[in-house]
Amino acid sequence: MFKKLSMAALAVALSATSSLAATEVTWWHAMGGELGKKLEEIAQKFNESQSDYKVVPVYKGSYPETLTAAIAAFRAGQQPAIVQVFEVGTGTMMAAKGAVYPVYKLMADEGEPFDTKTFLSPVTGYYSDTKGNILSLPFNSSTPIMYYNKDVFKKAGLDPEVAPKTWKEVEEFSRKIVSSGAAKCGLTSAWITWVQTENLSALHDKPFGTLQNGFGGVKSEFTFNGPLQAKHWANLKKWQDEGLFKYGGPVGGDQAATMFYSQECAITMNSSAGRAGVINNAKTFTPGFAPLPYYDDEIKEPKNSIIGGATLWVLNGKEKATYKGVAKFFSYLSKPEVQADWHQFTGYLPITNAAYDLGQKQGYYAKNPGSDIAIKQITRGTPSENSKGVRFGNFTQVRTIVDEEFQALLANKKDAKQALDSAVQRGNALLREFEAANSN
Amino acid sequence: MDTKRTTFNNRLLPYLLLAPQLAITLVFFIWPAAQAVKSSFEREDPFGFSTVFVGLTHYRQLFADPNYLDALWRTAVFAVSVTALSMLLGLAFAAAVDRLARSAKIYTTLLVWPYAVAPVVAGVLWWFLFNTSTGLLPFFLERLGIRWDHDLNGTHAMILIIIAAAWKQISYNFLFFLAGLQSVPQSLIEAAAIDGSGPVRRFFTISLPLLSPTTFFLFIINVNYTMFDTFPIVDATTGGGPAQATTTLVYKVYQDGYVGLNIGSSSAQSVLLMLIVMLLTFVQFRFVERRVQY
Repeated sequence: MFKKLSMAALAVALSATSSLAATEVTWWHAMGGELGKKLEEIAQKFNESQSDYKVVPVYKGSYPETLTAAIAAFRAGQQPAIVQVFEVGTGTMMAAKGAVYPVYKLMADEGEPFDTKTFLSPVTGYYSDTKGNILSLPFNSSTPIMYYNKDVFKKAGLDPEVAPKTWKEVEEFSRKIVSSGAAKCGLTSAWITWVQTENLSALHDKPFGTLQNGFGGVKSEFTFNGPLQAKHWANLKKWQDEGLFKYGGPVGGDQAATMFYSQECAITMNSSAGRAGVINNAKTFTPGFAPLPYYDDEIKEPKNSIIGGATLWVLNGKEKATYKGVAKFFSYLSKPEVQADWHQFTGYLPITNAAYDLGQKQGYYAKNPGSDIAIKQITRGTPSENSKGVRFGNFTQVRTIVDEEFQALLANKKDAKQALDSAVQRGNALLREFEAANSN
Repeated sequence: MDTKRTTFNNRLLPYLLLAPQLAITLVFFIWPAAQAVKSSFEREDPFGFSTVFVGLTHYRQLFADPNYLDALWRTAVFAVSVTALSMLLGLAFAAAVDRLARSAKIYTTLLVWPYAVAPVVAGVLWWFLFNTSTGLLPFFLERLGIRWDHDLNGTHAMILIIIAAAWKQISYNFLFFLAGLQSVPQSLIEAAAIDGSGPVRRFFTISLPLLSPTTFFLFIINVNYTMFDTFPIVDATTGGGPAQATTTLVYKVYQDGYVGLNIGSSSAQSVLLMLIVMLLTFVQFRFVERRVQY
């Protein structure tokens, strides 16, 4: 008995000393599978590079689950130091001023070098406040691109090296693919909300909502029921009826990837971070990569696409020493070699210009054709108010609504204009709720 | 009522014996329920920095929201369909097994198996079977001229969750019905048989009426099950879609509160759900206590 007790006491003493030696920094994230392993590797390398701080990554499930868990933990005073929040949650986090320790302030307080200009401008544009201060550290940013099956293109008598540039070409190519029997369907798409609505609006320089797509404050309203969006949704419906387009499901549209991998559909549109998955799964065919298509009768030069993915937010209420560790870790994360490694492994965008330059120096983009399409697409031209991104409160729910209305369209319950009108109306009700909840 | 009364000499002892159960009830039921009632009258930002009393606003909004009313109606349809399907099949299996002499045990064991399957696993199993591109059932349905598509067709999605939810509950109903059938006095059945009534007639005129307390009990239990315990099935198969076609009340509480972080409205919805369950329980106690005569 005594022996057991003394052993226990020893164990307690030991664990106490080890925690004294290194300050723990908890990091809640939403990266599963391969991405999660890579993320843990990054944390481990940081831990090995110094002995004062220990970053402990914890996988908390999907993006919404991670955000909810962090909020619940904050209310209970058990919050992690760092939490990864997806771009849809940005509005919620920015409104929660008391909960967030802005990154620019943290880095200044801790005396870590932090220059906004080293980051890619679309990334900083999206994640900074109206004064240009970065509130959360960009970590994994992506943008949608087009993937196509070169073998199917060849079978259909198309040039496999030429991807469709405009939606008109997408339609023509799809028709050729289906009628020649090269594949059962022409195109599918992940993320109907993000790719076929938000990015569609940005590419064609059309507003998604008022007040600079919500950047100007919580009083904004949705306006994505314009003629362009209605035309595009009506086209998708028409193509579905013709058998050219197949729906990939709500939210991320998991079925879209499956249909593309199984060569059922010849073209898909998805996040640039889907690249690793495409390369791993396209064993029996050669995939091609291309920018998103546009309507050439709507715009001559399409604007830049907008950002998705997530950033790292620092939560208030921790010890000073912990924040010192967070700042050190963030400096480590922003290093070009760490960034370039993460970007090249995952397909996420390089966050800093230095990481992009490093990739070029390493010859990565030359060796991997198509790997720089996302970065070229997101940095082309000058961003307008409509292509800076979208920032709204309650946006997770709004996306659900847009999905639901799109489903109603495909199920013949509404036409494109009615579906979009209803999505805007229901979305605006949620915006007013958010405004009310954040103005008392 | 002639139940035996136990008398305690020590006046404190009964309270002490009850204390653990009361503590659990307080901590895990009363306290959260009170919290839900409180926040249903408040509007709060997700982080809880500012809380404003808004009275009945959330309730008023809910009853003016066609989506909520649709969910209410949908839940009723879902609950009744699942209950009817699972009880009918449970009864049919019980009646069949009741007539078996030697193999009854094997069939009982096999029929009870689905009950041991976690709801989310049951959901995934049916999701695989009905998967539009790789599933087995859509393949056969297509030969019958039915294009199965629960990703877009709301009716198909509803049928899918009804089947998945009912499948799991058949085992439970089966067990209770079997026990009920086995407690039907053999003498009554024999007497009827001597009087010349066949097995079908005996079932409908003797066994079924004698089963009525069991049936009623199961009805309440099943309705409660479909209303509250089917969340994992919905989440794993349809995620409430397409276009909210399978968003039941309990799924909407999750969607609005957990995903949407709208705690006020979500609390108001759970309070309404709680009222529904209280009503059901009340009905159950009233009628089961007085139960059907035989």
